[in-house]
Amino acid sequence: MMFDRIKEKLEILADAAKYDVSCSSSGSKRSNKNKGLGNSDGMGICHSYTEDGRCVSLLKILLTNHCIFDCAYCVTRRSNDIKRAAFKVQEVVDLTINFYRRNYIEGLFLSSGIFKDADFTMERLIQVAKKLRLEENFNGYIHLKSIPGASDELMHEAGLYADRLSVNIEIPTVSGLKKLAPEKDHADFIKPMEKVKNEIIQYNSEKKLIKSTPKYAPAGQSTQMIVGATGESDREIMLSANHYYKNYNMKRVYYSGYVPIRNDPRLPSLGSQVPMLRENRLYQTDWLMRFYGFEVNELLNPQFPNLDVEVDPKLSWALRNPQHFPVDINRAEKETLLRIPGVGLKSVSKILNARKYRKLNYDHLKAIGVALNRAKYFIICDSRGWETKDLGSAKIKSLILRNSVGKFRKEYSSQLSLF
Amino acid sequence: MNSTTSLSYDGSLNGLLTCIFLNYEEKLQVVAIHPPGIASEELFSNHLEVITEKPKAERVWKAFKKIATARGVKNIYFAYLSEEPGIELEILKYFQHTFQRKESIDGDFANSHVLKIAQTAKKVSREKHRMEAFVRFQLTKDSIYFATIEPDFNVLPVIKHHFTSRYSDQEWIIYDLKRKFGLYYNLTTTNIINIDFAKNSGSSEENDYFFDSHEQDFQKLWKNYFEATTIKSRINIRLHHQHVPKRYWKYLIEKNPLHN
Repeated sequence: MMFDRIKEKLEILADAAKYDVSCSSSGSKRSNKNKGLGNSDGMGICHSYTEDGRCVSLLKILLTNHCIFDCAYCVTRRSNDIKRAAFKVQEVVDLTINFYRRNYIEGLFLSSGIFKDADFTMERLIQVAKKLRLEENFNGYIHLKSIPGASDELMHEAGLYADRLSVNIEIPTVSGLKKLAPEKDHADFIKPMEKVKNEIIQYNSEKKLIKSTPKYAPAGQSTQMIVGATGESDREIMLSANHYYKNYNMKRVYYSGYVPIRNDPRLPSLGSQVPMLRENRLYQTDWLMRFYGFEVNELLNPQFPNLDVEVDPKLSWALRNPQHFPVDINRAEKETLLRIPGVGLKSVSKILNARKYRKLNYDHLKAIGVALNRAKYFIICDSRGWETKDLGSAKIKSLILRNSVGKFRKEYSSQLSLF
Repeated sequence: MNSTTSLSYDGSLNGLLTCIFLNYEEKLQVVAIHPPGIASEELFSNHLEVITEKPKAERVWKAFKKIATARGVKNIYFAYLSEEPGIELEILKYFQHTFQRKESIDGDFANSHVLKIAQTAKKVSREKHRMEAFVRFQLTKDSIYFATIEPDFNVLPVIKHHFTSRYSDQEWIIYDLKRKFGLYYNLTTTNIINIDFAKNSGSSEENDYFFDSHEQDFQKLWKNYFEATTIKSRINIRLHHQHVPKRYWKYLIEKNPLHN
């Protein structure tokens, strides 16, 4: 290996890939057979964390940052004056294997700028994955980008070697995409997504009949949306996310706060803040939809098109819907428990277990890990008194805000003081 | 008679189970169970040195497994590996509670002993997961991938399976410097080994003769990658420290200032 040259390429092509949020390495089962290298047992591992707090699980790089497109939001757009580089297929294979053997990573996340055309690029990505699987007997995690516009045949082949495939739709609305990436067609993003979805459905039904059906993208598909680059409301973003979850069986939709990279009249100016709080609230909403049984419309609707910055979306929902409370901790169904602010999935599971043995009171709930500072206004349990009495929603909110600290608090309190 | 007893055992799981057996056989009132190296401080109780007896230990374990759920069995084992002071007595209480109720109490989180065992097991399982993440192998001249760790809890026994199935085509050693034993995988099986280290081994600078000639190059590439993948406008050091507590930095090539 030519280490100096590789080092330079790695710096350029890792730097260009870092705005892709996904680093998940979970959800795939690929067990080590015949003394190969690597084993994926379904659990993801974060091998390190960057100073911005993100997980480093995969070697996340572009094959090249040469690109024929000129999308306004993208660092590798062709009109941007930056250093360009390209890895050879074998170089990516060697890097992956050597990092994996040292336990630095769970596998490879390979994306690319589009050089020549979609199929030519996709073919190269597949070559890397194929080499890793067939020549190196590698069972680690491989995440490949589906290149918008790639042919069905190539998407079929990609899924045979990759654990996960993803297309980033980037801009949540079709009109936003037209504005920022006029050369790209929305349909090109959907095409590979559709193909992969259908392949997975077909694979799953064949797998039931014939056990030896080869794996096809066992960790499913994901996508990513940039938040705060165009003027979408939270409702529009989450409706769009919901659409991809429901219609394309997405495993994950990622939300990426727009990091200003250039001055362009179509985009937030350089130096404007990354909307991290908003991103955080969107992820909370995403979780409520996927694990807590909430519908988008309950959390965001024409009356409430944007999430409350001051409190989390579940609390915000509960304050708007006092008719559902109080909930009896010792009797309520699981679905109802999940809707109590300050009670998460783990607490719910502990409550369901523990209440079989005795009636639970505040002390028990606190020991179990319930956030009572929020929950106490919404529950009754085996302690006397129900905290809300005749408090209204506004009063409860102010009490909770006064008696708690939030990691984003200082950002919005200064914003509010302007009015 | 109502006199209390404190026990000492050899630190092994079978030893601890033998203590629990004796507690029943001799109808003791146990107030403390001490691992080796901890002196008994109970002035007013009898003291007993327990000699591990495997058949007795197995009887207790079998009886427990019959009642407890798989989660309960795992929690007890993980809690034992925590080596936390006083955890032995908590385990004894857990067994007593189980045998008394004659049904699994694994979900009784409102019981302080059950919660304590579950929380301790959780801590150990977090440390296990961290070691699966933070171990950094360095390739030696003999083609062995070598790593040292000093985990908070004794997690080597529970990470063995993970590393054996993952790195089945390379020889590797993971050595626990704190507890002075390690795992060695010889391409067929993974065994426990003891090595006598000279000081400072394990870091490449002093050991250029020990490691493969390209080991340093790959470490540099990894460091470069780590830096290039950080988004500067989103730096959040508090979050970073929360994910990678400073005590683990010594393992991590990308964080350890010694590896340059």
